[in-house]
Amino acid sequence: MEQMAIVDGLRAAFPDEILHSYTNQGQTAVVVRPGRIVDMLRWLRDTDTIRMNHLRSLCGVDNVRRKESGLSRFEVVYNLYSIPLRHEIRVRAEVGDKEPAIDSVVELWAGANWLERETYDLLGIRFNNHPDLRRVLMPDDWVGHPLRKDYPLRGREEWAGMTELLAKVQELDRFGFDPEGHAHSQAIPDEEDEE
Amino acid sequence: MDILLMLVWIVILFVVVMLHVAYATYFERKIIGHMQVRLGPMRIGWHGLLQPIADGIKSFFKEDIIPENADRPTFLAAPIICLVAMMTSLAVLPFARGWVLADIDIGLLFIFAMSSLASYGVVLAGWSSNSKYSFLGGMRSMAQVISYEISMGLSLVGVMLMAGSLNLSAIVEAQGDRFLGMYLMPQCIGFFVFFISMLAETNRVPFDLPEAETELVSGYSTEYSGMRYAIFFMAEYIGMMVMAAIATICFLGGWNGPFAVPFFPPLWFVLKIYLFMFVFIWIRATLPRYRYDQLMGLGWKVLIPLALANIVFTACMKAILT
Amino acid sequence: MTRPITKSMDIPVADGEGERYSLRMGPQHPATHGVLRVDLELDGETIVECTPQVGYLHRGFEKLAENKTYAQALILTDRLDYIAAMANNVGYCVAVERLLDISVPLRAKYIRTIVAEMSRICSHLLWLATHALDIGAMTVFLYCFREREILLDLFEELCGARLTFSYPRIGGVRQDVTARFIDGLQRFLDIFPSKIEEYETLIDTNRIWLKRTVGIGKVSGEEALALGLTGACLRGSGVDYDVRKHQPYDAYALVDFEVPLGSDGDIYARYRCRMEELHQSARIIQQCIDQLPPGPIAGPDAPDLVMPNKVPARIEAGTNVYGTGLIKLVRDRNLYISGDVYVATEVPKGELGFYFISDGNNRPYRMHIRSPSFIHIGALAAIARGELIADLIANIGSLDVVLGESDR
Repeated sequence: MEQMAIVDGLRAAFPDEILHSYTNQGQTAVVVRPGRIVDMLRWLRDTDTIRMNHLRSLCGVDNVRRKESGLSRFEVVYNLYSIPLRHEIRVRAEVGDKEPAIDSVVELWAGANWLERETYDLLGIRFNNHPDLRRVLMPDDWVGHPLRKDYPLRGREEWAGMTELLAKVQELDRFGFDPEGHAHSQAIPDEEDEE
Repeated sequence: MDILLMLVWIVILFVVVMLHVAYATYFERKIIGHMQVRLGPMRIGWHGLLQPIADGIKSFFKEDIIPENADRPTFLAAPIICLVAMMTSLAVLPFARGWVLADIDIGLLFIFAMSSLASYGVVLAGWSSNSKYSFLGGMRSMAQVISYEISMGLSLVGVMLMAGSLNLSAIVEAQGDRFLGMYLMPQCIGFFVFFISMLAETNRVPFDLPEAETELVSGYSTEYSGMRYAIFFMAEYIGMMVMAAIATICFLGGWNGPFAVPFFPPLWFVLKIYLFMFVFIWIRATLPRYRYDQLMGLGWKVLIPLALANIVFTACMKAILT
Repeated sequence: MTRPITKSMDIPVADGEGERYSLRMGPQHPATHGVLRVDLELDGETIVECTPQVGYLHRGFEKLAENKTYAQALILTDRLDYIAAMANNVGYCVAVERLLDISVPLRAKYIRTIVAEMSRICSHLLWLATHALDIGAMTVFLYCFREREILLDLFEELCGARLTFSYPRIGGVRQDVTARFIDGLQRFLDIFPSKIEEYETLIDTNRIWLKRTVGIGKVSGEEALALGLTGACLRGSGVDYDVRKHQPYDAYALVDFEVPLGSDGDIYARYRCRMEELHQSARIIQQCIDQLPPGPIAGPDAPDLVMPNKVPARIEAGTNVYGTGLIKLVRDRNLYISGDVYVATEVPKGELGFYFISDGNNRPYRMHIRSPSFIHIGALAAIARGELIADLIANIGSLDVVLGESDR
């Protein structure tokens, strides 16, 4: 099926949800409101002529420095592919500027579980009804969401776990454990490293 | 005077067996190395011949780490229990006619008793380490040894019936020095069961579950280091040798060979043991590992019924033939 | 917040049925393939609950890529799946070429296909080696390394590196192949099928191997799709999905190969799929060598291969230019096409996808990596629940995860 035809079908089924659609390098994307995202994706998955049964990727984007205007700050991007019918589509859900949140699609694809956790971890987008929304890549006690554009590349401060570990190593050093060792060469970084 | 002589013999046996253990590791590493398109130890001495000595010295001088929360006395004693039990069973092995430290009439039972005791060492090591990997290893070992002890004992009942004795020397004598006299042919089912049980009893591949390194890190010996770890290693190799010796005595005619060797009567015995060692190593290089429940299934559902059938068969044959 | 470094363990005394205890497997464990940690809730040796934990190798590649030019970010992809770095490089380059509309000469496409398939063989050999070792067959391990060594030597001949190549570049490849490389590769292809047979004689019909793999870790086709499994894990469940066939890139449309499919979705089916893929990869390489056309190895607008003397004196909007110094001058103008693409390639582990957003700058605005290992580890809990510890190890091996790729 032609990608634009899929978009037209989606627009017919969810007239109020579609904001706009466009094609770039042969790939069609549709920008939607977040409210009925689960229904839309279920429609895309279960409609016989579309059958988008493979969730290729799910990720979040922080649009704060993007030159295009009119976008909300955060969006969640779903790349879908139909293995039996061999067509693809991208769904971009605008999820707002502050405290972004969207419904979880774990009920449609169990594999979305970790992808949504990752998006929450790195961008701070919350997923409603997610069974286990925890950080996945960063430590549990990490402060901030690193992939946000206002998060500095180097991070704001040393992770608490690392400073604790270095303190522990220094403490152990007092018992004659590697007196010239790593604890001294890798001390807690100085302020000048801050960006 | 007798006691003194006995002590000398014990020391000689101890030293000889320890050297054999050391070189059994070398033997294993070399053979596995060549089976796996590599060379094995090559650095220390000519073709790595001094490697076992270097290993021994290294493990002797390594720090003996005892985990903080381990049950200290048990933790310290476990490897010793293993080693002592295994070494004790050496006493009843007849290396050649008259070359035996303690020619007792219940030799076979004694060896079973000792190898069961050795498994206490493993279980206690697993328990006292206070590590879950060790614990699981110890539990596996306990279950495995209990199951396979049965099939092993039953598999040898046929031999006992045929020889009419539990004395190891008597079993060898009963087989005579002819090739066809060996119990290998009449007791082929018994041998099959015994051989598999032997692998399981010594925790060798494909039954090395208690120390399966990819599942349980190193099983019951995870928390051990230095000399204590080496003691477990030695016990395992002595265990292999003892089991190979029993197989040799019960099925391959012990010290008898095609011709008598003048100055060194145990030669055939040693060669047969090394044949078994080679097979152990060969299997290790070839087979994957069983899963825990499959191992139990094999023991209880296949080997024990087979061994029982073998006993009935042997008893019937004996009744008919006499 | 305090984090106990050592934790005393209370081993429960079994005084009733269903006594559970937890076991934390990894991140340092001989069989968890890197720094995967799996928190297990066990009942005896049966897994009641299995929670994989990743992130120990998180290096923030997506964040880093936003601060590097497209050409610079290429080196990050080497460190994703470090076992098959070449395939990641190719995947990245294909994606950036699609994003920025850069053409690639045919010879470069063929060379990339060759190296990607070599990479697949390398990865599958390492997978077979470690998978067999996990199940206890240690000899296969060294046999596989023997052949992998030949390929690594060939990579070294090709680009000087053995692990992190960065050989494919946006718009082409870095250097042309040498006759010695082609000869070596041909010699390898001549012996390789017999070597595959050699591995198979050791394990393929071995009863213990079958007992350990058949019927273990079963995933049906629908489950596999829902869990997002790709690559051999999906094909082992009978779903015919291979990006090389579905959306061909490089020279895959020009060569003839089959996609092996399993049906049972168990560990053995995945194993068979990968073993067949070894044959198919060798077949693809052979065809590429035979068809390798002459010509340039880099496109005219390849951003990092244009020599300094070719850089235009005046930079117009829309010109592809490489070099951070020059870019500063034209920061406010669009150097590149802006837009977004999602491009997937079939790497040995599964579908590696790059979702790029370009806003016209010389750096990606957003680069999301859809890494198959990450999703496969996420699926591990569903697959391993209710099985034994030994099966968990076999399952981890069978899913073929690489933590560098998972954690990014």
